[in-house]
Amino acid sequence: MSGILNSSIGRKFAMALSALFLMVFILQHFAINILSVFSPDAFNEASHFMGTFWAVQYLLQPVLILGVIFHFVMGFVLEIKNNNARKVSYAKNNGSANSSWMSRNMIWSGGFILIFIVIHMIDFWVHEMNVKYIAGDMTGLINPADPGSGFRYYEELVVKFEPIWRVALYCVGFVFLALHLLHGFGSAFQSIGANNKYTKALQGISKVYSIGIPAGFIFIALYHHFTGTH
Amino acid sequence: MNLTLKIWRQKGANAKGKMVDYQINDVSPDMSFLEMLDVLNSELIIKGDEPVAFDHDCREGICGSCSLYINGEAHGPDRLVTTCQLHMRKFKDGDTIYIEPWRAKAFPVIKDLIVDRSSFDRIQHAGGFVSVNTSGNTQDANSIPIEKANADAAFDAATCIGCGACVASCKNSSAMLFVSAKVSQFALLPQGQVEATDRVMNMVNQMDAEGFGNCTNTGACEVECPKGISLENIARMNREYLKASFKG
Repeated sequence: MSGILNSSIGRKFAMALSALFLMVFILQHFAINILSVFSPDAFNEASHFMGTFWAVQYLLQPVLILGVIFHFVMGFVLEIKNNNARKVSYAKNNGSANSSWMSRNMIWSGGFILIFIVIHMIDFWVHEMNVKYIAGDMTGLINPADPGSGFRYYEELVVKFEPIWRVALYCVGFVFLALHLLHGFGSAFQSIGANNKYTKALQGISKVYSIGIPAGFIFIALYHHFTGTH
Repeated sequence: MNLTLKIWRQKGANAKGKMVDYQINDVSPDMSFLEMLDVLNSELIIKGDEPVAFDHDCREGICGSCSLYINGEAHGPDRLVTTCQLHMRKFKDGDTIYIEPWRAKAFPVIKDLIVDRSSFDRIQHAGGFVSVNTSGNTQDANSIPIEKANADAAFDAATCIGCGACVASCKNSSAMLFVSAKVSQFALLPQGQVEATDRVMNMVNQMDAEGFGNCTNTGACEVECPKGISLENIARMNREYLKASFKG
């Protein structure tokens, strides 16, 4: 068991586990965000719960941050190691003849997703941390002094998606997420050794997830941009 | 057919190589790719030039000796064939054909198009075998019942000829398709299961020590493999390795 992360298969396994964890997180993130389209109240309630429940804040949030950091750091480490495994490049290489563009460019789609995550964290997460843990306002209210002012989460979301540049940026980010998932979803299962009679069905689920979830996020951003009343 | 060939020429392991252009005329579409290179070499010898060095042996697609990265693909544009079974009818008159050696740190060039694939031998030596102890009580293999599906999968894995096309095609120069085929052919059979833990650990450790890259599941190896070795073998090797790791 010792030193499993020093082996190529061990690293592959760890990469896949972090990917599966992040895919579950994305699904949960989407499930809450889509509420904002159907019911601002439900979105507010869910956001407040996620933002204040101790287990989410002090247990799941740090695990998520570590998972994201691990996935990116390991991704870059593996890319460097893999580049070193071929010192001289081919004069002519026809990669598209045997593999998908997505599978050959995970480092690029991943890199753009990293840029997107940094922007997204600055947009939402840093603000949340400021309000809750620096200003000390755990009420989640628009006006902490007025209990009737209502929760702030839906209002903040709509305001964020007013500028078209941010909506466009988010859409591009989700396109890269879709490209990354189109290879990554199935790849994670292959890495943990799950290639069997269910693989064909899994490929179908992979397509639905990889295109459906990013498309859903894009829909949410566009919806609030075009229907927001501020 | 008249063709332009762009061939990697390198005098020796430590020499600096480069792509060199050659013109070859009146190539028959029925020639194999290696026969076309034979003709080129005859012309070079007549002219007093150094012939192009390339690996070949059986010329029947079963020995794994021939290699060549042709127009950006291992063993050329055809599927499920080695270079010796690739025919010139796959090309058109006037084509320019790039011919390069396998590229990987673990497959250093010896000369021109010949690479040193002894790293594969060392991986095999690390565990790609079943120990036959002469105890006198060895059971006849044919008396051990084996499920048909397992026997077929083991046979499919055992058809790997160790040519190295998987490494050459992989953007990461990973040898996992080769190693997984060798692990699988034993892991699926009762005779191989006795040493399964040591085998997978030792072979994977040797693979890593040789400097091959990490598999990222692009699937290029499976497409370019002349024997159609499946990615299922890599998944099986991953399971075997993890099982062995937890066993310690």
